[in-house]
Amino acid sequence: MKNLISMRDLSKEDIMRLMDTAAKIEKGEIIPNMQRKLAALLFFEPSTRTMFSFDTAMKRMNGDTIIMSGTGNTSAKKGETFADTLQTIAQYSDIIIMRSPIEGAARYAAEVVDLPVVNAGDGANQHPTQALLDLYSIIKTQGKLDNLKIGLAGDLRFGRTVHSLAQAMAIFGAEFKFISPSFLQMPQYIKDDLAEKDIKFEEFNDIEGNIDDLDILYVTRVQRERFADPEDYEKVKGSYVLNKKMLQNVKENFKVLHPLPRVDEIHTDVDDTEFAYYFPQAKNGVYARQAIISILLEEV
Amino acid sequence: MSLVKTIKVNAIKNGTVIDHIAAGKVLKVIEILSLAGDNSVMIGMNLESNKLGRKDILKIENRELSKKEVNSIALIAPSATLIIINDFEVVNKSSLEIPEYIEEHIICPNPKCITNIEDIPSKYYIHKAGSVTARCVYCEKKYLVEELKIKV
Repeated sequence: MKNLISMRDLSKEDIMRLMDTAAKIEKGEIIPNMQRKLAALLFFEPSTRTMFSFDTAMKRMNGDTIIMSGTGNTSAKKGETFADTLQTIAQYSDIIIMRSPIEGAARYAAEVVDLPVVNAGDGANQHPTQALLDLYSIIKTQGKLDNLKIGLAGDLRFGRTVHSLAQAMAIFGAEFKFISPSFLQMPQYIKDDLAEKDIKFEEFNDIEGNIDDLDILYVTRVQRERFADPEDYEKVKGSYVLNKKMLQNVKENFKVLHPLPRVDEIHTDVDDTEFAYYFPQAKNGVYARQAIISILLEEV
Repeated sequence: MSLVKTIKVNAIKNGTVIDHIAAGKVLKVIEILSLAGDNSVMIGMNLESNKLGRKDILKIENRELSKKEVNSIALIAPSATLIIINDFEVVNKSSLEIPEYIEEHIICPNPKCITNIEDIPSKYYIHKAGSVTARCVYCEKKYLVEELKIKV
């Protein structure tokens, strides 16, 4: 593995190696040493959580970071090309971790520089490190990745995390329930990908009544701004809010995941149940990202 | 039949003939080839064809096509035949094949794709199972080949 750009590039073996490395790092069985290594965190789009998670991952391994956040302080405003900006930053650092609103930006960056590049989100396209931390959370709670029944709820049309996760879990023969308002359904190109791999999926409009046979429910926010008519939002919003009452008949191993930040799509009364796993999931992000950086810099 | 063809579209001494282009597609082929240089070009449109019913044909004097150009033409005119002419003789005749990978000549329909923002060539993987689709290497969006726009 030279870069991490898209879940499409990863084989089952690559994913299992990452899972295994993350687990060993978490247990302290391996302690990657990034002393004298510098990660350039280029966040051309605002992010606190993902950026802090990478920053923490690097610093927990005794490495360091340089951070560029937003576009205000870049040379792009002076007319420098994106390629030149990348080439220059590559002179200072050992690995480039970047988020951009432009789709394909990380793929292009990997062509331009010789350093490893990690895609920390490119527009509505991919967010592979989130998918990997989600997989790590799934394997930790379920003991396996194979043949699970996964519900994806909320905004499935624009949410890149659910796209990457669906593609990743398809490798492991998952069965899906897609739960969303009709106009925020999973895009056709993802459904085509799944159909090609003979992956079963069903589509629903309500969380309630559709989660009792699931191993994992992955919730994302249905954003008010997506609705042209605010009244339409008011009509459907309740269908995508998970509360404790809905959890009465779920399976024992059932867990609720969420990429965070949460607004109101998971009621706080779920937080104290054994099914809530979204905060440990965020912590898993640090282990997963430590594993990603270590493997790309060949320190494990 | 060959007599009729000769009358409609003159023969060339040396160069390339692209025959059996689906009717109406020849202008797109011309766009790909940027035929504004010194080469003489003959265009036949909506001609009768045994193979296609109606077809377009393009003859370009003193020009050989690059592999990239042939690949791009195959995408929009997969039924076409490529004929190389030397001293009025056919020296090579081949059917076009849709490539598995294509570079340049295409504008990604996704406005947020980096190929529409930075000055870099687009790249596509072509999937031929069922309807022919193309997936952008950068933004990873998949399009039917008919949806793609050719870069002039």
